[in-house]
Amino acid sequence: MEEILNIKNLTKAYDDIVVLEQVNLTVHKGEVVVIVGPSGCGKSTLLRCINAFEEIREGTVSLCGETINPCREKLNKVRERIGMVFQSYDLFPHKTVLQNMTLAPVKVKKANKKDAEQEALALLERIGLSTKKDSYPRQLSGGQKQRVAIVRALMMHPEVLLLDEITAALDPEMVREVLDVVINLAKEGRTMVIVTHELAFARAVADRMVFIDCGRIVEEGTPEEFFENPKTDRLRKFLDSFSY
Amino acid sequence: MNEQIVNMLIEGIGDTLYMTLGSVIIGYALGLPLGIVLYVTGKNGLKPNRYVYRVGDFFCNIVRSIPFLILLILLIPFTRLVVGKSYGSTATIVPLVICAAPYIARVVETALNEVDTGVIEAAKAMGASNLQIVLKVLLVEARTSLISGFTITTGILLGYSAMSGTVGGGGLGDIAVRYGYHRWETGIMIVTVLLLIVIFQIIQMTGTKISIGLDRRKRKGN
Repeated sequence: MEEILNIKNLTKAYDDIVVLEQVNLTVHKGEVVVIVGPSGCGKSTLLRCINAFEEIREGTVSLCGETINPCREKLNKVRERIGMVFQSYDLFPHKTVLQNMTLAPVKVKKANKKDAEQEALALLERIGLSTKKDSYPRQLSGGQKQRVAIVRALMMHPEVLLLDEITAALDPEMVREVLDVVINLAKEGRTMVIVTHELAFARAVADRMVFIDCGRIVEEGTPEEFFENPKTDRLRKFLDSFSY
Repeated sequence: MNEQIVNMLIEGIGDTLYMTLGSVIIGYALGLPLGIVLYVTGKNGLKPNRYVYRVGDFFCNIVRSIPFLILLILLIPFTRLVVGKSYGSTATIVPLVICAAPYIARVVETALNEVDTGVIEAAKAMGASNLQIVLKVLLVEARTSLISGFTITTGILLGYSAMSGTVGGGGLGDIAVRYGYHRWETGIMIVTVLLLIVIFQIIQMTGTKISIGLDRRKRKGN
């Protein structure tokens, strides 16, 4: 299977504090990898290392066989191919939903504006928000904002989508609508790396689960093994902390 | 009031507007890029550069710490070099611009700093270059603060242009000083003050209106 992302011996540290140590992870085309772990374990940092939002101390990250080099000029080209969705949605507040979606394709990728708009409308239609195309972000609910943020990332046709705790800031009743969008993307065969605290969702969407604790990958495996038969004590304890 | 005085006041209004708007426009031509540079090279900017930031920062602080009236006098040789004379409304624009540019730079820097870092990160994640982020994201998202800053700056320059009347600067301030202070003609002074208040109000009201009108974050409805 074609390799999309390859993280080799990645070590990340802030001065003396090591946040990630010797992390190795490969993501293949069409695969959905879900990363879980306790707060502060380094899972979001790992995601941010992939598109060079964080400087890494050691190791390499490559996208489709090409090493991501944090030298500016090329970095922007690489980032166009890595979609990222954040916990806080981060839609442009002064732009309408449609403008939010077409800004990057038109300005960065130099796509034709009409084509980009057509594509954006089709995506909005799919997530049931076509009536909101001219609304501003403040007129949307949290769940709607996050759904727009996801399709905004798709507008760049990324090879891989990074989702960083995309439901963490949402009211519980809005989590579902956002996760449904992600599950549909997974069915379509999108390559995704997801950091989440929603274990039930993780189980439904993941091809492979990764458990990070204290900056290291402690365990990985298929969702079945991972949830039914955790091999390490640490994972067992972590999973137990979710049941009542 | 006789016709001569009315004409003088009308001319004064024209001169005041000329000085204020002239210095605001040239001041922004210099201050806006400088403010962007301060933001970009600042600690949390798009391309932090301690040395560039410190030079810009130092320049802004130095100029801003000189009282305008002193700056007006200090700059007389420079003003003469630029416009050929040191009095009159065109000459006043020179010190006004020098005084305004660093102030504007700070106003712009502050406005850009207010833009949510998450939004900038989202733009970066989509592969936008620094220039694209400045032009398409920062300046757009900061527009309400930028316009509020523009309004405040214009108001201040209106006041400073009047201050230049003490050294023969022209405009309403000049009239107020010559008639009110030197000749004890309190009536004319009061009229000039009233005119300044009216001009100030118009500037402030227009600025506030535009600023609110362009704000897509709070206003209800489309």
